[in-house]
Amino acid sequence: MIEIRGLEKYFGALQVLKGIDLDVAKGEVLSVIGASGSGKSTLLYCINGLEPIQKGSVVVDGTDVHDKATDINKLRQKLGMVFQQWNSFPHLTALENVALSPRIVKGKSRADAQEIAEQQLKHVGLADKLNVYPNALSGGQQQRLAIARALAMEPTYMLFDEATSALDPELVGEVLDTMRLLAEEGMTMICVTHEMGFARDVSDRVAYFHHGVMEEIGPPGQVFGDPQSEHTRKFLSNVR
Amino acid sequence: MFDYNFHWRPVMKSLPDLLEAGLLTLQVATLSMIVGIIIGLALALIRLHLRGPLHWFASAWIELARNTPALFQLFFFGFGLGAFGLHLSPFTIVLAGLSFNCAGYLAENFRGGFQSVPDTQLRAARSLGMSAWQAYTRIIIPQVFRIVYHPLTNQLVWAVLMSSLGMLVGFRELSGETQFFASRTFRIFEYFAVTAIIYYVIVKVILGASRLLAWRLFRY
Repeated sequence: MIEIRGLEKYFGALQVLKGIDLDVAKGEVLSVIGASGSGKSTLLYCINGLEPIQKGSVVVDGTDVHDKATDINKLRQKLGMVFQQWNSFPHLTALENVALSPRIVKGKSRADAQEIAEQQLKHVGLADKLNVYPNALSGGQQQRLAIARALAMEPTYMLFDEATSALDPELVGEVLDTMRLLAEEGMTMICVTHEMGFARDVSDRVAYFHHGVMEEIGPPGQVFGDPQSEHTRKFLSNVR
Repeated sequence: MFDYNFHWRPVMKSLPDLLEAGLLTLQVATLSMIVGIIIGLALALIRLHLRGPLHWFASAWIELARNTPALFQLFFFGFGLGAFGLHLSPFTIVLAGLSFNCAGYLAENFRGGFQSVPDTQLRAARSLGMSAWQAYTRIIIPQVFRIVYHPLTNQLVWAVLMSSLGMLVGFRELSGETQFFASRTFRIFEYFAVTAIIYYVIVKVILGASRLLAWRLFRY
């Protein structure tokens, strides 16, 4: 369970999150939509502690992410993250990309880590690319590699930061299919996305962010069909 | 006008000594590169990430190393410290001087290298639960190393050639040894001609080895 209470985040004098309250239960798929600069990506960075916060709290399975006493490296193993710029490690093969953290962070043996990596690469449909370097992979393949890399840590939650925004249009589908697969398998997911189709079809709830405020949250049918907030209505009429 | 008679025999006789001195040259250059890489890395990271006295210290080091003659830097460790009663052996003087110089130049290479690896690589590594140390040693520095690999080779070549300044602080590396024999036999041209060839071969071997190593190391 992820519990966010009164979360406020500033970049200098600019307030990007203005008191967010949000619970995400295990097994839930939450899509976060909103215009660029609305604070939705920052929310993800605050959840796994990549960005410090100024007020409020983020608690993951009972552990406060921003408490100084928290072993953040351990907590992050529960929180897989996939970035807009897929960030594959260019100096490692696909297999090494995935096998590295299970080995050096979780202390698995080389053989075990390799087995996990092979399994996860197969999972995302890259079984034939094990020994290929990322520069020989397409953007979609690199993004699936990034998903496999995060999954290899056996996270409880997956955070997707606009995972398809930097992809060529014809490559978006394969990544969304992989995300759909994860959702069907019961993974808890928070997906910051501009893919309204995905948000509508796959998520259990959709949250709309506007200028650092969570304007609205609810089942996709309600948010898309009968938005309560004027801002949501306007945003949705513009994206469709 | 040209009534000089070449005498190669004395050079050939002392060739084993020259080659041995060549090994010493290679040794001091390699050692100062190793020290230079470690200190240069530290200076680059300090300059990129810290503020205050340490930052000023790193900046001053880099400025001095890059903008004053290498010979003066050597003299500082030799005669400069000597004036304060600290007498180092010729080997130590050259090692310290070259390391100081290399660290300054390499720091700037490393700084450029670090700046050309996107921040998001660090974030991705940390998001997987890696500590900052793991993220740097496993993800960032290997990428930086590739970027600075060829400048690093150049610096090693430069260190080999620059170590010839050692003869001015009494170090009997390749140039010092050559000078020693040349002044004893007066076959100055012959000695320095042969020594030039030895330097050339050393540098060519380094460049060849570096190319071979790059081919083995960087498969991406």
